[in-house]
Amino acid sequence: MVENRPVRDVLAHAVLITGVLLVAFPLWVTFVASTLTFEQIVTVPMPLWPGDHFLANYTQVLTAGSEKGSSAPVSTMLVNSLIMALSIATGKIAISILSAFAIVYFRFPGRSFFFWSVFVTLMLPVEVRIIPTFKVASDLGILNTHVGLALPLIASATATFLFRQFFMTIPDELAEAARIDGAGPVRFFIDVVLPLSKTHMAALFVILFIYGWNQYLWPLLITTSESMYTVVIGIKRMIAGGDASNEWHLIMATAMMALMPPALVVVLMQKWFVKGLVETEK
Amino acid sequence: MAEISLQGVTKSFGKTEVIHTTDITINDGEFVVMVGPSGCGKSTILRMIAGLETSTTGEIRIAGKRVNEVEPKDRNIAMVFQNYALYPHMSVYDNMAYGLKIRKLAKDDIERRVQRAAKILELGQYLKRKPRELSGGQRQRVAMGRAIVREPAAFLFDEPLSNLDAKLRVQMRLEIQKLHRELRTTSVYVTHDQVEAMTLANRMIVINAGVVEQIGAPLEVYDNPASLFVAGFIGSPSMNFLPGLRSGDGVEVGEGLVVPLPPEIRGSAGEQVTVGVRPEHFVAGDGGGPRFKLRVDTVEALGADSLLHAGFNGSHLVVRIEGHSTPRAGSEFEVSVLPGKAYFFDTGTGKRLGA
Amino acid sequence: MEKRVVFKSAWLPYVLLLPQITITVLFFFWPAAQAVYYSFQVQDAFGLTSKFVWFENYIYLFKDSHYLSSFRVTAFFSVMVATSGIVISLVLATMADSVVRGALAYKTFLIWPYAVAPAIAGVLWAFIFAPSIGIVTYFLKKLGVDWNWIINSEQAMLLVVVASVWKQISYNFLFFLAGLQSIPKSLLEAAAIDGAGPFRRFWTIVFPLLSPTTFFLLVMNIIYSFFDTFGVIDATTEGGPGDATKILVYKVYYDGVKAADLGGSSAQSVILMAIVVTLTVIQFRYIERRVQY
Repeated sequence: MVENRPVRDVLAHAVLITGVLLVAFPLWVTFVASTLTFEQIVTVPMPLWPGDHFLANYTQVLTAGSEKGSSAPVSTMLVNSLIMALSIATGKIAISILSAFAIVYFRFPGRSFFFWSVFVTLMLPVEVRIIPTFKVASDLGILNTHVGLALPLIASATATFLFRQFFMTIPDELAEAARIDGAGPVRFFIDVVLPLSKTHMAALFVILFIYGWNQYLWPLLITTSESMYTVVIGIKRMIAGGDASNEWHLIMATAMMALMPPALVVVLMQKWFVKGLVETEK
Repeated sequence: MAEISLQGVTKSFGKTEVIHTTDITINDGEFVVMVGPSGCGKSTILRMIAGLETSTTGEIRIAGKRVNEVEPKDRNIAMVFQNYALYPHMSVYDNMAYGLKIRKLAKDDIERRVQRAAKILELGQYLKRKPRELSGGQRQRVAMGRAIVREPAAFLFDEPLSNLDAKLRVQMRLEIQKLHRELRTTSVYVTHDQVEAMTLANRMIVINAGVVEQIGAPLEVYDNPASLFVAGFIGSPSMNFLPGLRSGDGVEVGEGLVVPLPPEIRGSAGEQVTVGVRPEHFVAGDGGGPRFKLRVDTVEALGADSLLHAGFNGSHLVVRIEGHSTPRAGSEFEVSVLPGKAYFFDTGTGKRLGA
Repeated sequence: MEKRVVFKSAWLPYVLLLPQITITVLFFFWPAAQAVYYSFQVQDAFGLTSKFVWFENYIYLFKDSHYLSSFRVTAFFSVMVATSGIVISLVLATMADSVVRGALAYKTFLIWPYAVAPAIAGVLWAFIFAPSIGIVTYFLKKLGVDWNWIINSEQAMLLVVVASVWKQISYNFLFFLAGLQSIPKSLLEAAAIDGAGPFRRFWTIVFPLLSPTTFFLLVMNIIYSFFDTFGVIDATTEGGPGDATKILVYKVYYDGVKAADLGGSSAQSVILMAIVVTLTVIQFRYIERRVQY
């Protein structure tokens, strides 16, 4: 529309740039701190321009870890985080797509019971069943294992609902054509449903990867051995004492490495990310 | 190639019977069109033949073999859907080949069959494309190709042309006719469009509210409709209906006009009889039959002919006359029914009298 | 809505559902039932014997000033997180929707904090607000603010709110932007022809049309502030100083894991479950209206 465009545009850009700067400020400070020495950080005020300890700090945490708090190398933690995020994302997608296929394409006794029992899991976040879930994991002997990190988190009501909703939009005639062509349920699932679900799987994968990478309470509970720490837990363990005694240069280098993988996934796979976010919450 | 027969077939959903007892025999190589308004049950009958729905009672036979318990894939039929139901992620070639691959045909056999179908349907240059890269008419052709390659005993068409625009529909209609002439495969075709039914069918089956109203060759049905419903449904514009009362040798339809009854129709005075006249069975002036004085409400000049709309004793009449002797709206006009072209129906039961 | 076509198999659907159901029963239903069971028990200090005490744990909780204060803290915290997060995101989304150039760039720069784990977000903000070395603390002190969230309750609350909102802005922003983009431009043009200025258009057309999105985000933000912010709090204030930032979830964790009060913690879990159920039902009523299943 015509009306006063320039003034409104300037205002809008000003607000947005302020927003972007405020949102980015903690990231910038973190990055700068990860390139400084401990002494530079504790000199108030700390510099706001990167120093020359980037390589030194990152190499130290990747290979040797921090000196206080936790001494596990961050590379191990990153691997743990990656394993956890990948198994949660693939596990959730796999079991959800199978359940949704069963619920949509079959009629069988107990169908709505199963549907609702998956639904009810929405109401039971790990936060409300901390200790008993820990006990189950402990009884199964999966404390301090990768299986223990991922398995209890791969039931997914939202992913099941997403696939169910998507399957409802696949025209009935497609399944009928497949039946007439001679395809049974398994064949139809593999040849038709899976290829058609590709974009939904990609979008979900982005969201679930971030979900898995960022898990906090559950790994906090079941990892006691440093070799099993995820990077998010590792940072928490590095913060030991008062604020001047923490090795902030190492903590910030670790923080950068903890937040970059999921942030890159969001930025580089923006299209899938937005689709996944908006569709899983529908 | 096969004969299809339905004997005593019904279909109920819960307690509601949607298809009442139906007996149909479709001969080998015949092209049969099931026609009726939407929701009349024609698609349900087709889907029962395909095996996508089960019949509640009765027996369905394909090529003499009872198929009630047989899976769709083992009935040796192929189906063309209204929305084409092409696999969106497969190429045209793979769409056609999919059913053959599942049936484990040899690769060169598949290749040969697909190429042949592609040639018949002029799809050769599109084999590598995905369905979304095709026009509506091309998709329709792929759907038919998928049926053809199977070389089935029968083709089942479920409103295959409904998603196409008018011009393409005419063209595809001709192609389906040609295809049937070449392949001579038994075909059952479902449509709500009576023009499609008239032009395609060897025989048509008119269905209304789950009941088969009439089975016959198109012109036979057109000339001798068995009921009010069939008379109204087949023919465009629809047959005009004038409710009246029997008096002596004729039917009194109002404004003092009596339409004489043929002698073979017997009955007693006072019975309610509906008189039906097709728009094309009127002639301007005196044609020998009963004469109607009409005041013309609207005129639709279509070129070759014109449609006059007029009220007559509370009924709406449509009269088709030659295109260039058209009266103006508002003027008085006299038409008469061609001799022997009036139909008589029992108003209560809807059945044709004397048929 | 149901599918018209179904496949027939007596066993296949069960096999397909088996993995999901196994995990659900093993890690969701059984523990939840256990939580209810424990909530009716009291254990001795060593966890060797336990006694069935009916609702004693619950009665005790509602007499406990710490627990009641945790309720107040949670309520204040979630209202702060939800409202400030929604307001800031709405402003940014409206602006991003109105600019012609750079919209995609702004979007990219605003969505990445979604990817940051709550615990990491906590660490980042705790660092720049650190009482002795923080860069923001330095500027605040120059302005005469005595900033120390380690000992000041209000400042501790402010810190966790800021960190939580910062992480959630991306989420709200994306939903508002999607909502704004789905408003037909012709509607706004019609209003402009009717003589409505930009502000009037926003309040009389855009905002009402966004109300379903706003309501949805309100519920999601409350759920977020109740549960997902655990990491923010554990990585920064650990509930302190005193109980100033000890939200319900943190207290369940603290009492159960650190103080080893199985019965009391379980009773709190059960109360939290009731809250989640309520929120989920509200959220689902909303979904039912919007998406026809």
